[in-house]
Amino acid sequence: MRPIEIRDVSLIYETPAGNVPGVQSVSFQIAASEFVCIVGPSGCGKSTLLNIIAGFLTPTVGEIRIDGKAVTGQGQDRGVVFQDFAQLFPWRTALGNVAFGLEMQGMEKNRRETIAMEQLGLVKLEKFAQSYPHHLSGGMQQRVAIARALAYNPAVLLMDEPFAALDALTRDDMQRLLADVWRKTRKTVIYVTHNVAEAVYLADRVVVMTPHPGTVKTEVLIRLPRPRDPLSVEFLDYQRQLLQHLGQHAAAG
Amino acid sequence: MTMVSIVSPISNGYSTGPEKIGSRWRAFARTAFPFLVVGGIWEIVAHLGIFPQRLFPTLEDVAITFVQLTISGILPHHVIETLIRLFCGFALAGTMGILIGIAMGQSRRAEDIFLPLVSIGAPIPGLAYAPLFLLWFGLGNLSTILLVAFVSVFPVIINTWTGGKAVREIWVRSAKAMGSDDRQLFRYVILPGTLPYILTGLRLGLAQAWRILVAVEMLAAVPWGLGWLIFGAREFLNTDVMLAAIVVIGGIGLALEKFVFKRLEDYTVVRWGMMVS
Ligand SMILES: Nc1ncnc2c1ncn2[C@@H]1O[C@H](COP(=O)(O)OP(=O)(O)OP(=O)(O)O)[C@@H](O)[C@H]1O
Ligand SMILES: [Mg+2]
Repeated sequence: MRPIEIRDVSLIYETPAGNVPGVQSVSFQIAASEFVCIVGPSGCGKSTLLNIIAGFLTPTVGEIRIDGKAVTGQGQDRGVVFQDFAQLFPWRTALGNVAFGLEMQGMEKNRRETIAMEQLGLVKLEKFAQSYPHHLSGGMQQRVAIARALAYNPAVLLMDEPFAALDALTRDDMQRLLADVWRKTRKTVIYVTHNVAEAVYLADRVVVMTPHPGTVKTEVLIRLPRPRDPLSVEFLDYQRQLLQHLGQHAAAG
Repeated sequence: MTMVSIVSPISNGYSTGPEKIGSRWRAFARTAFPFLVVGGIWEIVAHLGIFPQRLFPTLEDVAITFVQLTISGILPHHVIETLIRLFCGFALAGTMGILIGIAMGQSRRAEDIFLPLVSIGAPIPGLAYAPLFLLWFGLGNLSTILLVAFVSVFPVIINTWTGGKAVREIWVRSAKAMGSDDRQLFRYVILPGTLPYILTGLRLGLAQAWRILVAVEMLAAVPWGLGWLIFGAREFLNTDVMLAAIVVIGGIGLALEKFVFKRLEDYTVVRWGMMVS
């Protein structure tokens, strides 16, 4: 598990209508095996930042270093989970999706399917190994996506609002499951959300961004024992603190 | 593309055995009904003798001719020759069409080269090229097959190209994040991601191929083939032969659709939820 350094990263989108800043001089660090949440108002550049870390976008200025090495393009050291359920390949079963990364490495069929099966077990979907994505619920598809990103054992897991499109109840389940998976695998996780409760539940540290064009406003360490109790006074205090940083008032519970 | 299915209200997933059989019967009856009506009118007209019997045979005569031609092996021979030409031409069109279509979807340069050609070539009726092909490649199989390929390649190209644009960026990103190189990306993502459109293109292409083939067989002086059978029968006013051949042409078209494309779709894109059957 390796540390990640984000050094003064800016990105400008060039559009026909002119240049739009995506993110502006973002710097922070993530320790190995740390779970970091990035929160910020819509449009501040969270997805942009995550896509830069994933290597899908090249920053206009600055650089990302993983374990001291500058990031250029995608790599199997990073697993990515998106918000969109459509990220799974509809033409592959759950198992086929999870085994994809290993297959790309040229791993032989039996071995990769054994590993993929274990990963599906981690997200409690062994029974659905042979199902195609369109027969799975949104929550199940996101779990497959998580298993898929973990299967080839990347050091870093990048997640862009993976549960945002789920209903509240399923989302709670998913957060618990993810916390559990993280406890077992100890990946470095960068997790984008705009749900502060989710951030307080999951993160070791929360990076708060300013509104567009986004930069780091502040960082909040969450010093709470796990598993966390979302109804505890301390939990609600952290939530209130984050909301204040985001410029919203503590009306939300 | 069969994006919409017409389902009778009782044929939902919950219906029990006997009901299902009943609804299937009704579906069959509903399909058969218009044919029965047309057939009935045909019979009446034929038996009234409004037209000379030779030009307007009764359905019994057509059926008898059909059976005779089949037993004697003449009709099967015609059918086989036609099908061989169809598959040669169509295989060529399918392969080229998919390759060109995908290249156009992936590369800006390929798109710039092929799109103008395809836009101009596609709307021209295939038969217009026939004399040219016959002059270039001579009477016979070669020009027939090449013309079939040339005419049916357009819908394959156009649909595959459209499909390439519809491959989701998120699939490509996921695949790259999981370490696919360009070749793997093509094989494991672009190709299956484009498949619904490819199948639509092939289906339209095959329909084109089938139409042009029968027409061109009449011109290309090939010794066997359904088109030739119809055209040759004109000389002796054998309208019963013509009608029998026409029915066979319709039947083969339907069979290709039902047993080849429908199956292929059910096995792939429908099973994957990328298309509703
Ligand atoms: N492809 C693009 N082309 C041009 N501008 C873009 C593009 N993607 C994002 N932007 C702009 O960059 C800014 C940051 O976008 P980004 O998607 O990173 O925000 P976000 O924080 O993820 O928002 P949300 O919470 O709504 O997902 C936005 O103002 C947006 O208008
Ligand atoms: Mg976003």
